[in-house]
Amino acid sequence: MSDDHVYLTLAEGHEDDTRWAYGTGFEDPLHGVDTTVPDGVDAGGLAALCVTLADDALVAAQRLAEWTTRAPELEEEVALANIGLDLLGQARMLYSRAGQADGTGRGEDAYAYFRDAGDFRNVRLAELPNGDFAFTVVRLLVFSSWRLAHFERLTAHRDPVLAAIAAKGVKELAYHRQYAAEWAVRLGDGTEESHRRMRKAQEQVAPYLGELFTAYDVRDEVVAVLRQVTEAAGLPMPVYRPLPGSGRAGEHTEHLTPLLAELQGVARAHPEAAW
Amino acid sequence: MVTTLLDARRARRIAEQVPDPELPMLTLADLGVLREVCLAPDGTVVASLTPTYSGCPAMAEMRAGVAARLRAAGYARVEIRTVLDPPWTSDWITADGRRKLAEHGIAPPGARRAGATGPVPLVLSPARRSVPCPRCGSADTEETSRFGATSCKALWRCRACREPFEHLKEI
Repeated sequence: MSDDHVYLTLAEGHEDDTRWAYGTGFEDPLHGVDTTVPDGVDAGGLAALCVTLADDALVAAQRLAEWTTRAPELEEEVALANIGLDLLGQARMLYSRAGQADGTGRGEDAYAYFRDAGDFRNVRLAELPNGDFAFTVVRLLVFSSWRLAHFERLTAHRDPVLAAIAAKGVKELAYHRQYAAEWAVRLGDGTEESHRRMRKAQEQVAPYLGELFTAYDVRDEVVAVLRQVTEAAGLPMPVYRPLPGSGRAGEHTEHLTPLLAELQGVARAHPEAAW
Repeated sequence: MVTTLLDARRARRIAEQVPDPELPMLTLADLGVLREVCLAPDGTVVASLTPTYSGCPAMAEMRAGVAARLRAAGYARVEIRTVLDPPWTSDWITADGRRKLAEHGIAPPGARRAGATGPVPLVLSPARRSVPCPRCGSADTEETSRFGATSCKALWRCRACREPFEHLKEI
């Protein structure tokens, strides 16, 4: 009986869901969740916050996915792809929540595939090219520590859906941070070459640190974590060098547009595609 | 009324038996992702599922699997809902589920950090607990990768029997 085979059942019975293209997006990831925005919560502000958090995750996930077939070892490829998958899942739920809150009812695809670089609100740290493995480790350490601290606050958000998405994300981000921190120590406290590369990666990340701490007050927690890791790794604390512009205002580096071209190409060439 | 109650119980039993797509030795009930099955007044079966990980790609298959089994059992109207709160943790895996994992060579998760609130501390000194080998039971094991073939698993190796094995992560 074909009902026992999940792929056959997916291909068969879709009476009211013919649009199941784009990976796992068979259904709204928040399907059946109570979508009411509670009294006293600014729906527009909530939607904007969700888009911001989703953009960070989607762009970071795309960079992590680029490591597939290119990572130094199979284990690291699997790790980076899995971390990207977690972030992609967070992005999907957050886009869905944004579409509910802003009243447009837009689905995740509208946000992910049909906006241009200037509409994205991710921090620029997320969109920088992968560079070498050291750069990816340093970026992931900063990104996951910062996002984790922020998500810990969001678990108390007055919107119960955002709070629940954050509560789920906290466990995942703690695991990502652990992975990045262990690699940072291993490379920083490793060979001369690995140490040199970590120092270089820290310098490359430095201009993009300030942007992380403008809107949300999580700076002290993140600095404490980075201090703990850099001390164990025998690395200096990264020094922040200010850089004009802000990804939060839609001002991006030249790297975001090509990233989006790859991410959005198929969906834009075949809108409403089903396969 | 009695038939409705029996019907709801039957629907629950059917949904409980759906296997997990990635860990087929476990049912969705063993894994702890099936939160509720009830009958709406109009006869619709409403089954609530919670994702293990935010990006778990098996969620779509789980939903499809539950809906297909219930329809095959004669329930014409089925609705699958997502529940996020409280979030799934590895503590939701039942004792039966843990036993089945071990029988299939996958080391079940241990207990999570208990009663912790506030920011998650970062621990760098590896005083990590050892995971017993699911094949020979030896405690002389080591982690080879924090990530495995699916989000929920890590890769380990037994130094005693030399076998690699998977470990369902505590999260």
